[in-house]
Amino acid sequence: MTGLGPVETALRARLDGGGRCLVPYITGGLGEDWTATIQEVAAAGADVIEVGIPFSDPVMDGPTIQEANDRALGAGATPPGILGSLRGLDVGLPLVVMTYYNIAYRMGLERFAAALADSGVSGCILPDLPLEETGPWAEAADACGVETILLAAPTTPDERLPLICERSRGFVYGVGLLGVTGVRTELASSACTIAERLKAVTERPVLVGVGVGTPEQAVEVSGYGDGVVVGSAVVQRMLDGAGPDGVAALVAGFREALDVEH
Amino acid sequence: MTLSDPTPDGRFGDFGGRFVPETLVPACQELEEAFNEAWADPAFRAELDGLLVNYAGRPSPVTECPTLSNELGLRLLLKREDLNHTGSHKINNVLGQALLARRMGRNRLLAETGAGQHGVATATAAALLGMECRVYMGELDVRRQELNVFRMRLLGAEVLTAMSGSRTLKDAINEAMRDWVATVESSYYCLGSVMGPHPYPFMVRTFQEVIGTEARRQCQEILGGVPDVVCASVGGGSNAIGIFSGFADTDAELVGVEPAGGAAVGRGVPGVVHGSASYLMQDEFGQVLEAESISAGLDYPGVGPEHSHLSATGRARYESVTDEEVIEAFQMLSRTEGIIPALEPAHALAWVSREREALAGRTVLLNLSGRGDKDVGQMMEILS
Repeated sequence: MTGLGPVETALRARLDGGGRCLVPYITGGLGEDWTATIQEVAAAGADVIEVGIPFSDPVMDGPTIQEANDRALGAGATPPGILGSLRGLDVGLPLVVMTYYNIAYRMGLERFAAALADSGVSGCILPDLPLEETGPWAEAADACGVETILLAAPTTPDERLPLICERSRGFVYGVGLLGVTGVRTELASSACTIAERLKAVTERPVLVGVGVGTPEQAVEVSGYGDGVVVGSAVVQRMLDGAGPDGVAALVAGFREALDVEH
Repeated sequence: MTLSDPTPDGRFGDFGGRFVPETLVPACQELEEAFNEAWADPAFRAELDGLLVNYAGRPSPVTECPTLSNELGLRLLLKREDLNHTGSHKINNVLGQALLARRMGRNRLLAETGAGQHGVATATAAALLGMECRVYMGELDVRRQELNVFRMRLLGAEVLTAMSGSRTLKDAINEAMRDWVATVESSYYCLGSVMGPHPYPFMVRTFQEVIGTEARRQCQEILGGVPDVVCASVGGGSNAIGIFSGFADTDAELVGVEPAGGAAVGRGVPGVVHGSASYLMQDEFGQVLEAESISAGLDYPGVGPEHSHLSATGRARYESVTDEEVIEAFQMLSRTEGIIPALEPAHALAWVSREREALAGRTVLLNLSGRGDKDVGQMMEILS
């Protein structure tokens, strides 16, 4: 690997300063002000922003993100439309796209990778594309300088973890629990365990997502890893109509908690 | 058998694979290993064969249809999967998977169901083997197949309603997969068709090959050879792959019949959903379209990857029929032969009936994958 991409560079900058990384997730095409939300969230202390491209059958997502997907699709959101909106956006930090493999497959892997790069998107997360199937996509993404972020789960055996970390770019996404995305009352112990297990085998930043829904939970799991991805809690604010300021206030709360504790 | 095995990465030609969240990958790997080991174990095979004979009632007969054959001007034979315990071919696969689950130390079966036949079969196997069972079913299907919902509950299964999307089979699979992601350490996902991530398409086919193996032998006895045409309905495609497997190495034409509103092979383009690459009804952006069929069992926008491969290589062809043609065929078989078919195999019969001129004088083996008891309520409304 030659040089670090924008995602890993941004995360390392935060870590080198002694902080913990914060990656909020925003559903693309949800509401008319979703791009304004990205801008406000960027200013509220995010390091990288994950933008969801809605898919009709999101099997890794719980009720909150499912509803966000349905609403966005119902309002006419499309992959080219969302990427087009991102192209005009300058938020001063890297964006990564999260979507399901069929969206990339349908457009064509090379075209999709090129479309991401062309829109200023630095990375991509495809939760239904595991290590063994990732080859053709990762090649296309590498060719366009797009960082492919892979996931590791609580069920991933020890011998498999280094293989995932080796192929992952930007950061390694530790899945915090057995289950789909969504806010839980308590942080699962598996969130800390996966962070610890990943840290033991990789130099890449390790972020934990899925089931990390409050600043307290973010602080707790960041004691073991390098930071968090916060999805459903953010999207729920969007669904509730909090608007860009309201969503940014939530993200600022996460930032503040992480800064105080670390 | 006569169909080729998938590659080590689960491919049938360009189709198949294992496109699941990382959380499920180790479970799929473990399943693949456990299945291969069990299938090679004579004790496992003997226990399964025993259940297929003494519990499910196999072998199922092949029935000649003199009256209908005369009416259509061809020779029609039915492979009678409708006579199996629980009323369809689904039991063949479920008994195999339930025994495998037990062997793997899992005591909770998870399943999706469309028409309810796979759900009933899974609930039945769970009752037989003393396992817990949870079945996901789309809300629309819960309403149009309420008899099967009652049967599943009677058998001790928990039936959960999938309220998302089209509220049919596709959404029931989404919910079952979400449950599996959360409970993968204790649950066994008992998938009902030749779809999903590797090894499911191959494993379910293997459990359904009993249909083709029996039918080949029975045709030899009845016809002294093989039929000219072997046809079956296709949703995910398990009953079709089961009967095709017995004739893939012969000259018999293999024909899969899809509903016009769910013709993944006929109208789809390659895509990836529910764990494998296959033909898929989707829009220009990759959003999966909602199928629309009178038959809850075939109301699915995708198809098993091996069918996509058989279509791409030309070994099988895939036709489609309309709901109206199916309603006609449903009544025709009831009236002429005293056999009320399920709406799913009525699709295959609708194709035979429509193509009677092209099929004139030929011998056609049709997989009658299930009986129509579950559909009489819906048909009463449609025909009144």
